[in-house]
Amino acid sequence: MSDVHLDSAVLATLQDVMEDEYPVLLDTFLKDSEERVQLLHQALEAGDGEGLRRAAHSFKGSCSNMGATLLTELCRALEDAAREGAIEQADGLIDRIEREFAIVRILMRSERQRFTLG
Amino acid sequence: MPRRLTILIAEDNPADRMLLSTIVSRQGHRVLTAGNGHEAISIFEHEHPQLVLMDALMPVMDGFEAAERIKQLAGDELVPIIFLTSLAENEALVRCLEAGGDDFISKPYNPIILEAKIQAMGRLRRLQATVRQQRDLIARQNQQLLNEQQVAKAIFDKVAHAGCLDAPNIRYVQSPLALFNGDLLLAAQTPTDRMFVLLGDFTGHGLPAAIGAMPLAETFYGMAAKGYSSGDVLREMNAKLKRILPVGVFCCATLLDISLQKGTLHVWNGGLPDGYVIRADGRHAPLVSRHLPLGVVEPGNFDDRFDVVPVQPGDRLLLLSDGVLESRNAQDEMFGEQRLLQVLDDARPSESSIDRIQQALLAFHGQVQDDLSLVEVTLVDGLTLTPAPLAFVGTPQPSPLDWSARFELRAETLRNFNPLPSLLQLLLQVHELRHQAGTVYTVLAELYSNALEHGVLRLDSRLKASAKGFSDYYSERQNRLRALSDGHVCIGIDVSHTDTGGRLSITVDDSGPGFDVERVLQAEYRAEGLSGRGIRLIRELADGFSWRPGGRGISVEFRWDREA
Repeated sequence: MSDVHLDSAVLATLQDVMEDEYPVLLDTFLKDSEERVQLLHQALEAGDGEGLRRAAHSFKGSCSNMGATLLTELCRALEDAAREGAIEQADGLIDRIEREFAIVRILMRSERQRFTLG
Repeated sequence: MPRRLTILIAEDNPADRMLLSTIVSRQGHRVLTAGNGHEAISIFEHEHPQLVLMDALMPVMDGFEAAERIKQLAGDELVPIIFLTSLAENEALVRCLEAGGDDFISKPYNPIILEAKIQAMGRLRRLQATVRQQRDLIARQNQQLLNEQQVAKAIFDKVAHAGCLDAPNIRYVQSPLALFNGDLLLAAQTPTDRMFVLLGDFTGHGLPAAIGAMPLAETFYGMAAKGYSSGDVLREMNAKLKRILPVGVFCCATLLDISLQKGTLHVWNGGLPDGYVIRADGRHAPLVSRHLPLGVVEPGNFDDRFDVVPVQPGDRLLLLSDGVLESRNAQDEMFGEQRLLQVLDDARPSESSIDRIQQALLAFHGQVQDDLSLVEVTLVDGLTLTPAPLAFVGTPQPSPLDWSARFELRAETLRNFNPLPSLLQLLLQVHELRHQAGTVYTVLAELYSNALEHGVLRLDSRLKASAKGFSDYYSERQNRLRALSDGHVCIGIDVSHTDTGGRLSITVDDSGPGFDVERVLQAEYRAEGLSGRGIRLIRELADGFSWRPGGRGISVEFRWDREA
């Protein structure tokens, strides 16, 4: 597994903290993140720069907690762009976030499976 | 040692909320969760958590607003709020602080840092609670102390103002809490038309300084009202204080015993700053301390010698506490005696020295001083004060209206004993005499002192013609009395019925050579000076006046009508 997508040290800590609840945390993150990606799209379509910044900021926070390193970086770039009003960059960044989230989702599901079987 | 806290987590992101609440509850704390600011406030109101972890950006109500509300609701209690944020901009961090945030923690969460911050806030919270408890405790105790002081002062004022401090010829300045500075001011009109004024200053401050004031005032007023002499009062006050006060606590005091009838001031100053006699023309003379304070010397060694100063209407007597002389200004200079004397020199003769001194103190300090006592007594002729109600003991029973008694007081008794208060108590058993008790007592006291001073001690009242002779007279009186080995004074009392009511007859004679009553009366008519035997006064006050041939005894009579 590449640490750029999902930091294995962070996952180990989370597993340590959450114990049996670990898969529930992963599921919760994935479900919530799908909604947050949708929020990003909606804010962009509405041309709501401040809404976009807040959504990116929030998403960034939970990504960092889960060790999704690249996803965190992309959210940070989007937050910065939104704050500076560079909406033209937002479209491309959201696309990249969506693709990166798809990778994180796959990695997390396998992580979940590994934990359940292990 | 980590303590268990109830912690509210307000975070809209479900994964972060779950992670954070798991971390915090694994650390042993009780966790409450809210998904937005509104919920956070509602939970805070119901559950009173001790610490709040607050996300800044939340729907419905954000963390800033929720933090402000929670801080308001918490009031006096410290409920630390730690903002959960990765906010990078300083502006946003400032908003967190303005909303009442106490700390920040950024994502991703580090369990070790989180626990360290929670424990630090817990300690801060306990510290603040302790400080608050102690503050409240101190406030309560202070309030209690003030209440107690007020009660004590109210009780004391009843005693202290039992006398004639409010007389029109007495002016004084005293702080409302003078009692707790150890300052004490008492004034009484005696049955013999004397005025006693006492200014006292106990060592120390607060309750220890105030505690001695009560027995002192009781003794002063009780004895003054019963007709005891100033010397008797002084000795008893010293003995009482010596008995009750701990070592190192004593009372500097000046006692004035003023008799305008006789034109005398007897003054005893033990440890107070000089008082002053200020004459009508503005000249002034000090009333110097010659004794140790009250409560220091054993009764047997107590020196009760008074200085005697001739006084007349228009004179003023000024007493002051050391708070006047020892008060310091911002430059740490003392007001001092020189400044006081300058004030007295500069004052116009008619002017109250109290006003002048207060003005000078105000100019010296730039602010009002309230820890000092000043009293000024103006000697006014013809001022009639109601004496303190005469104190008498005994249960109500019918008056003894037909009796006589005769006392012979011999040398040793004359040296050491003042018979007048006991005689007065005896006479007051005759209810019919009570309304003129003051007059009876004045006459009795005059007769007795005449018999003692001129008869037994053979002092010549002409000595008193000059101010120098005046003070010689009184020191000679003291010397001769001390050396007295022979002689007596007899006092005869006779109470009987008359057709219209009753009569009291008092006869006083002595072992002396007698005197020419006729001639003395004539002399007293001519010269109302310092000399004289008060014979004329006695004759004016009594209803009947006669003397035995040779002037070795005088009889007076008081009569009353039977009540309808």
